[in-house]
Amino acid sequence: MDLRFFAQNALGGLAYGSLLFLIASGLTLVFGLMRIINLAQTAFYLLGAYVGLTLVAHGFDFWLSSVAGGVVTMVLGLAVYSAFLHRYHADPLTSLLLTLGFALILDDGILALWGGDPRSVSPPPMLRGSIQIGTLVFPEYWLAVIAISFTVAAIMFVSLRRTMLGVIIRASVDDEEMARGLGVDVNRAFYVVFAAGALIAGIGGLLGGPITSAYPGLDGELTPLAFAVVIVGGMGSLTGALVGSILIGLVNAFGKAMFPELSYFTIFVPVALIMAFRPQGLFGRKQ
Amino acid sequence: MTLQRRWLIAAGAGFIVALVLPRVGVPTFYISLLTQAWIYAIVAMSLDLLVGFTGLVNFSQAALFGVGAYAVAIAATRYHVVDFFPVVCIGIIAAVVTAAIFGLVALRSEGVGFIIITIALNEIVWGLAYQWVSVSGGDNGITGIVRPPVGPFDVSANTGYYYVCLAFFVISLILLSIIVRSPFGLVLKGVRETPRRMRALGYNVWLYRYFAMMISAGFAGLAGVLFAWYNQFVGPTSLSLDQSTQILIMVILGGIGTLYGQLFGALVVVFLSNELSAVTQRWEMVLGVVYFVVVMYAPGGLVVLVPRLWARLRGLRPAVERT
Repeated sequence: MDLRFFAQNALGGLAYGSLLFLIASGLTLVFGLMRIINLAQTAFYLLGAYVGLTLVAHGFDFWLSSVAGGVVTMVLGLAVYSAFLHRYHADPLTSLLLTLGFALILDDGILALWGGDPRSVSPPPMLRGSIQIGTLVFPEYWLAVIAISFTVAAIMFVSLRRTMLGVIIRASVDDEEMARGLGVDVNRAFYVVFAAGALIAGIGGLLGGPITSAYPGLDGELTPLAFAVVIVGGMGSLTGALVGSILIGLVNAFGKAMFPELSYFTIFVPVALIMAFRPQGLFGRKQ
Repeated sequence: MTLQRRWLIAAGAGFIVALVLPRVGVPTFYISLLTQAWIYAIVAMSLDLLVGFTGLVNFSQAALFGVGAYAVAIAATRYHVVDFFPVVCIGIIAAVVTAAIFGLVALRSEGVGFIIITIALNEIVWGLAYQWVSVSGGDNGITGIVRPPVGPFDVSANTGYYYVCLAFFVISLILLSIIVRSPFGLVLKGVRETPRRMRALGYNVWLYRYFAMMISAGFAGLAGVLFAWYNQFVGPTSLSLDQSTQILIMVILGGIGTLYGQLFGALVVVFLSNELSAVTQRWEMVLGVVYFVVVMYAPGGLVVLVPRLWARLRGLRPAVERT
């Protein structure tokens, strides 16, 4: 293993992991707060990617399109949440099946609207170059994605720690009944968290486009990775989602490089280790 | 007439109908769909043993089903093991061993945690089937699986194979019914209701769950073996997460914790998805809508819903006549 191999995969894994964070953060927060396992979360990412790349193809700005993809996804997610899901927030099995049904509908809708051919996305013009350090070459876009994801993570941490809404969310996670008893509008926190999860995953869609490209079935490939992140990090923990994303991103990158046929299986190793020694996840709390 | 006797007569009549169906000119297409329904009913019942009787919502059932199916394909194409009973045993053992590994990981948690971990496990096995091309054939799967004769009987034709699957369905239904009524099955129900109390009574809850997972996997593996011969092809879609969910929908649609209800669940899903895919390209979307309808309006399943609708129809009729 030479330095070049190591550095390239480490950066690739970090970039991929930071994309995973954009998906898994919503997954883990929605789960921690409402006990909803949202299987449509990776489909949100895919929808964001397709909406975004369509806008880019019509000449819109890359960043603007990415945000627009997120907003469209958020509106759709909120519609489904307020129409169906919000009734089942204490019923994980029902909500899980509803989100899975929704994922099927979304997948098939994407297939009907955009067809089955994979779409590649090129990074915005100002980030198409790469940085050279000695013999090592790093695409600028990868670094940008990492920077953006860490910024998003920072914003989420600050909102959770320092704003009134964050206090409400944390209180609801800790003891929903007591929060309700004290007159806190827990339902509003539910809506905000679900919307934020969909928005961030949707924005991630186009951002991740140059790395993952977009094709039907991509969401199914991302699902095991996103779930592995949530298991390793601990369900409901944002810190866990960040650490887990980086870990799974790195394991995935090195797994793909070293055992190309078994890369999914390499994810099994951290999952099994965590379950053996710390079933609640790295940053999860004992149930 | 006691309720139990009425059920026995209904089951016997159903069995006789199932026996004569291929002989009375039912088109081969429908015989083939029914064969598929017997196979899915076996795996749905195996899942019901976990969901309905043990309280474990296992989303990795398709992986166990698929391991059974891949075992047939790999045994036949690589090692030339093609005889009927040895292959059935290999498929069952492969699924049970997989479940033994899954159980060690997944049973470290319970409830929602168990669901999330089994989703991840199922996807990891799917990833193996999808990517490990040298063994699984990747996305192209493995073709060229031939239905072997059962003892002296040639079952390569659809009618013969229909009877094989029907027989295995009946055997599985009887075996599972015996298991859930046995002392072991009663402990499982106790574990489902109040694991804490069972623990306090001195039962090793973990071990009972672990055994339930392996027994369930044996039946799932058997169904997988039958499915591989049915299609004469194995591909990664047979162990996808969608497949796991479809099996769970059969369980819920039929009626959780009934065993016999899963047959109706399997029949509805198999016929619906085939008819839909014939009518429209967007059948996956319709299937998604069906998920919504089932979990929101029929959480008790058909075995609860149909009698209730029937009662309501009968109850309403006089009221309608009066107006």
